[in-house]
Amino acid sequence: MSRGTICLPFLNLYYPLSRFELIHKSLKIKKGLRLELKGGVEPGMQYKNIDARLVAMTPDDFPGMIPKLEKKEGEKVVKGEALWHDKTDELLKVVSPVNGTIKEIVRGEKRKLLRVTIEVSEDSVDLPKNPSVIAGDRKKICERIIEAGLWTMIRRLPFDIVPSSSSVPRDIFITAWDAAPLASGMKECRERFGIENLQAGVDALKKITDGKVYIGFDSKESFPELNDAEEVAIEGDYPASLPSVLAANISPVNKGETVWLTDIVTVGRIGQTVQGKEVDWSFPVAVTGSEVNTPCNVWAPAGVKISELLAVSGLKHEDDDRVISGNVFTGINVGKDGYLRYPYRQVTVIPEGSHRDEFMGWASMNPSKISVNRSFPSFFLRKKKFSPDARLNGGRRSMIMSGEYDKVLPMDIMGEYLIKAILSRDIEKMENLGIYEVTPADFSAAEFVDTSKLELQKIVREGLDYMIKEIGKGE
Amino acid sequence: MEKANEMKALRKMLDKARPHFEEGGRLSSLKSVYDGMETFLFTPNTTSASGSQIHDSMDSKRAMITVVVALLPCLLFGIYNTGYQHWLACGSNTFPFWEIVLYGFLAVLPRIVVAYVVGLGIEFIAAQLRHEEIQEGFLVTGLLIPLICPIETPLWMLAVATAFSVIFVKEVFGGTGYNVFNVALVTRAFLFFAYPAHMSGDRVFVSTQPICGIGGTVPDTFTTATPLGQLATSTVEGGGLDQITNVAGGTVSTWDIFLGLIPGSFGETSTLCICIGAVILLATGMASWKIMLSAVAGGLGMAALAHVCATPLYPISYINPFDQLFLGGFAFAIVYMATDPVTASRTEAGKWIYGFLVGAIAILIRTYNNGYPEGAMLAVLLMNALAPLIDYCVVQSNVARRKKRLKAVAN
Repeated sequence: MSRGTICLPFLNLYYPLSRFELIHKSLKIKKGLRLELKGGVEPGMQYKNIDARLVAMTPDDFPGMIPKLEKKEGEKVVKGEALWHDKTDELLKVVSPVNGTIKEIVRGEKRKLLRVTIEVSEDSVDLPKNPSVIAGDRKKICERIIEAGLWTMIRRLPFDIVPSSSSVPRDIFITAWDAAPLASGMKECRERFGIENLQAGVDALKKITDGKVYIGFDSKESFPELNDAEEVAIEGDYPASLPSVLAANISPVNKGETVWLTDIVTVGRIGQTVQGKEVDWSFPVAVTGSEVNTPCNVWAPAGVKISELLAVSGLKHEDDDRVISGNVFTGINVGKDGYLRYPYRQVTVIPEGSHRDEFMGWASMNPSKISVNRSFPSFFLRKKKFSPDARLNGGRRSMIMSGEYDKVLPMDIMGEYLIKAILSRDIEKMENLGIYEVTPADFSAAEFVDTSKLELQKIVREGLDYMIKEIGKGE
Repeated sequence: MEKANEMKALRKMLDKARPHFEEGGRLSSLKSVYDGMETFLFTPNTTSASGSQIHDSMDSKRAMITVVVALLPCLLFGIYNTGYQHWLACGSNTFPFWEIVLYGFLAVLPRIVVAYVVGLGIEFIAAQLRHEEIQEGFLVTGLLIPLICPIETPLWMLAVATAFSVIFVKEVFGGTGYNVFNVALVTRAFLFFAYPAHMSGDRVFVSTQPICGIGGTVPDTFTTATPLGQLATSTVEGGGLDQITNVAGGTVSTWDIFLGLIPGSFGETSTLCICIGAVILLATGMASWKIMLSAVAGGLGMAALAHVCATPLYPISYINPFDQLFLGGFAFAIVYMATDPVTASRTEAGKWIYGFLVGAIAILIRTYNNGYPEGAMLAVLLMNALAPLIDYCVVQSNVARRKKRLKAVAN
């Protein structure tokens, strides 16, 4: 593997391969962050099934798409049927994960579509059977994936958006694990989908790309051997499990190229649909956090109402909680009345903390304060589990400390300089510093450690959107 | 429990006062002061609105206060040493500890007060003009300024210099985080170039007058230079330098210099205390060990080179390279000044180069410039100016690697 030669070799002591050793398909990622939080699911706990009554799909979860509704309030909808399609790329659609009736179409300012809620009906509907296309050509397979609504579950670099229907990825990067705090990993879903479906999914993706299909998995676990996939055992802490980090460490995206990012669950579903099977729209959701009574794993449809998940786990108290769809780094604050959001994998409930009056918190030596800094006693309590709240723990400042982002950004990216280039909306600089290689989530750990409390993920997302606006999506 | 009640009362008081400081309130022109006080007393309750839902407990207040804590050994020792040097200059044979400390405290206190009042005052005004929360960068700067100036610097000069550098080095660039040069060092440089007579020479480094009836009057005939000053003007005979003498004319050993019982800008003399500060800074990750290590390497390397090519024209070149580390402001500059994250190199590779050059240039100036042997200040300021260039090269190498990759694909 070549990372290119270097113009000023003495300046590059830090950057070459030593950081990322890709030998025998194993990848050691040294930079990252491991946070021990309270409220994880007991290992070995069985997954529970819930009968969802309300689900909602949210257009904001599908960046790059402009939604055009296909359904009206009160209309019936079946599993896999389109709720909306993209205004410019009409083939792209987001489908309903359940059978039911459109309950409500919620719009916000300027009639922006906020979400479509669906009341689940229990009567079973016979879905039309599709023939297997596994032996078909690229076009047939793409059509099937698009038709099944699975295309929009994939993201692409550059820009971390839904790929266009004509997208041809250079490579495809799949993650089969989740290193985020309190995440449950994806072992269970691998078993649920079975090797047959996963293999069919890989075969289908292999036909879509001329390059390779990479699967990153936790080096501490085993992973079934799938033909035609480059399996990479990854050792490292969050964000090492992100597919974009896998891409950056194996073969970074260049200007003009496209790669796809997805997870093993989507691959399993792609496998199902290309074989003509019914797509299983249940997602393994870990309901976690210091404020839930019994953290548990649940099989639930995409977009399920959060309160239905919290009914399973129970909440310790009624108020002053922050209910996050997702993990504490990249999740969205949806509140108790919210719905499970993409990637439909986790719910974390933490204390809100906005009413805590902490006297001279900056001087605190309280061992329950979470930090990666050695001036806090918690740094030395490696086994202790923490229950941080949602406070910023400080005022927003300009960048003061240097090198903070680099420690948790396992990519060949000068994080600080890229952020500055984004803030100054300098397209050439952004390109030069690797904007095509990053997703907002890559900066989530950096956002946690940042002493200056900058909104890094928001800055990156806005930067990516600005690039799209100025130069187009490039497909 | 009582403490909790008191705190609640304080919280209530702040909440009650808040409306006056909001826009349209009677005291809205003091909003930044109110914000500053409030966030100092109570950790802000702002919660995450986007992105990461939790944040590290570290904030810039704690970062700055940690640096202040790291400066305390130097400050406390400096207070003692100020008194000690005074007693020595008075020709006293007894050294009553508490009197010495009290004298030193009274000599030092006005300087700290002046630096903080002037600097923080300007910061508050600037924050108010920008409608921003007051930033805490000056907490460190305000303590550094008195520590690196001679004890006899008139207070009005200190005030003028502080005002100059806070306004023209920091605020006009946009405040904390945007300054190119280290504010405390520019203060000193301003004093040095504007009032050279008060910043070097024989009488500025020892406090000469009694304060509040404590201490004595130093005889008019008294003169003293810092050990570094003495060495710079030393005559070389038989390959050796003149013996360094202290204020009272006694001999000074390397051990005394390491401990810091010598005249000098009062915070900088004790290499021991600076080492304690360095340990605090490194243990808490507030300063870059790369900069410190490479600066020591650069300083030692330059000193060794000078020592090998020693010539009587430049007496300092005869000094043992290791002794060079303990003399003058070198140690203080590389521990507290060169590591300022805002003005130092911000890239990891750049930090090695930056630190090495700070060390090397400090010793270079010291050795080959007899007129003003304290090179550390100028070295750090020079490297502050060059740090963006170093970073540019490091960043460009990242860019070049990316472009090369792109080219390889295109072919």
